[in-house]
Amino acid sequence: MKEQPIIEIKNLHKAFGKNKVLKGISLRVNKGEDLVILGRSGSGKSVAIKCLVGLLEADRGKLEIFGTDITKLNYEGLNKIRLKIGFMFQNGALYDSMSVRENLTFTLKHHTRHLTEENIEQQILEALESVGLQDAIDKMPSELSGGMIKRISLARTIIIKPEIIFYDEPTAGLDTITAQEISELILSVQKKYKTSSIIITHDMICAKMTGNRIIIIKEGLVHAEGTYEELENSTDPWVKSFFFATNQYAMGPGPTV
Amino acid sequence: MIPIVKEQLTQAGNFSLFIGRFFKEIFVPPFQINEFLRQCYTIGCKSLPLVSITGFIMGLVLTIQSRPTMTKFGAESWLPSMVSLSLIREIAPVVTALICAGKIASGIGAELGSMKVSSQIDAMEVSAVNPYKYLVVTRILATTLMVPMLVIFADFVGIFGGYIGYNVHNTITLQRYFSEVIEHLDFLDVMPAVIKTFFFGFFIGVIGCYKGFNASSGTASVGLAANSAVVTASLSIFIIDMLAVQITDLFF
Repeated sequence: MKEQPIIEIKNLHKAFGKNKVLKGISLRVNKGEDLVILGRSGSGKSVAIKCLVGLLEADRGKLEIFGTDITKLNYEGLNKIRLKIGFMFQNGALYDSMSVRENLTFTLKHHTRHLTEENIEQQILEALESVGLQDAIDKMPSELSGGMIKRISLARTIIIKPEIIFYDEPTAGLDTITAQEISELILSVQKKYKTSSIIITHDMICAKMTGNRIIIIKEGLVHAEGTYEELENSTDPWVKSFFFATNQYAMGPGPTV
Repeated sequence: MIPIVKEQLTQAGNFSLFIGRFFKEIFVPPFQINEFLRQCYTIGCKSLPLVSITGFIMGLVLTIQSRPTMTKFGAESWLPSMVSLSLIREIAPVVTALICAGKIASGIGAELGSMKVSSQIDAMEVSAVNPYKYLVVTRILATTLMVPMLVIFADFVGIFGGYIGYNVHNTITLQRYFSEVIEHLDFLDVMPAVIKTFFFGFFIGVIGCYKGFNASSGTASVGLAANSAVVTASLSIFIIDMLAVQITDLFF
């Protein structure tokens, strides 16, 4: 019997004015699966996941999460789904007027009014421990480095115990070592919290480490799909050049393709 | 020409919807009481020093400047009531509201604009917290409530400034000065002036929030949102004042 997907996108279209970004992409993520979306800048990867959480309105297509088409939900219905979803933004998007503690308690206090202060404190410490930043609890976002911001952002994402996590370029703007640490962290979160996830990245190491399956978007459509190894050995000229170019870039200056 | 008109009409439509959403969200729980109180403190208490200084200077300068003319007409004893009436009916509400437009509307515009471009509003939305309710409703309510209070405070400080200005050339006790002021004050001098300040506060909040909430991407748009908030809020204060004077004139 075919497994029921936890996320399913069917024929998603999205345009900004005359610029058609998504021209009918379809994908599915099963429970416990971690899907990586690769593609060049501007290919519509982030647009697709922003449509999935209702930050952008899809022009056409079906967006199902837990079997519910979110395009047909009202604001309250969408918020109920959002409570089961974590979203890690590219820049972290920490609330800069709040301390790390307040950033982490913000969502908890809004949705779990039955929790005592002790429970909340315990959950904050647990989330911070998961990302290895217990010492940063009283710091402000302006006092944190890029890598620390990503970690705190991940802690804020996991504190609500989501079933699905969307990662929007989690390693962007980080040095190689920190990027690898974040990828390892994502991997440990996937194992510890048993989440399903969609990871958008340009980082091949991150893609290889964190994804069970990879899709590549080209010009608003799914161009290729498979495991990392399958795509790395693909005979498709565009996929080959994409892998070659990104791997070359990761290793440093070399011949251009 | 037509695209400009279309753009302006679209802006007006969006602004109306923004205000409409405020009246829809304000009555629907959950109510963000803590954030509302925090905004009242930020908008009200933190503006007190600025409002005090300007209020005092308004009263002092108005008294000193008016004294020669009043003396010429032998009406120097009317100075306390004349100054207080001018302050309460027109000068204190408008000048205080303009100061609030500069300080508060720009602050809200820049803060929300910065949150918008750094995806903090999106982060709030994704975590199922209604950002309109948390950020916009609380700020508009706080400005609507705090601006009238600041104006009333400025009235008192301005009258005290008038007392100091009066004592530069004459001698009068504070008690006598205030009794002179109150003696000539009518209920209809105070009420229309107070009522219009609620509208000043409301529009300062709405415009600041609207500009910030609709900032486009990029850091330049944050500055633009703050700047545009000040200009539009200041202009709206003059327009509301003009309408308020017309309506007061019609009925009283």
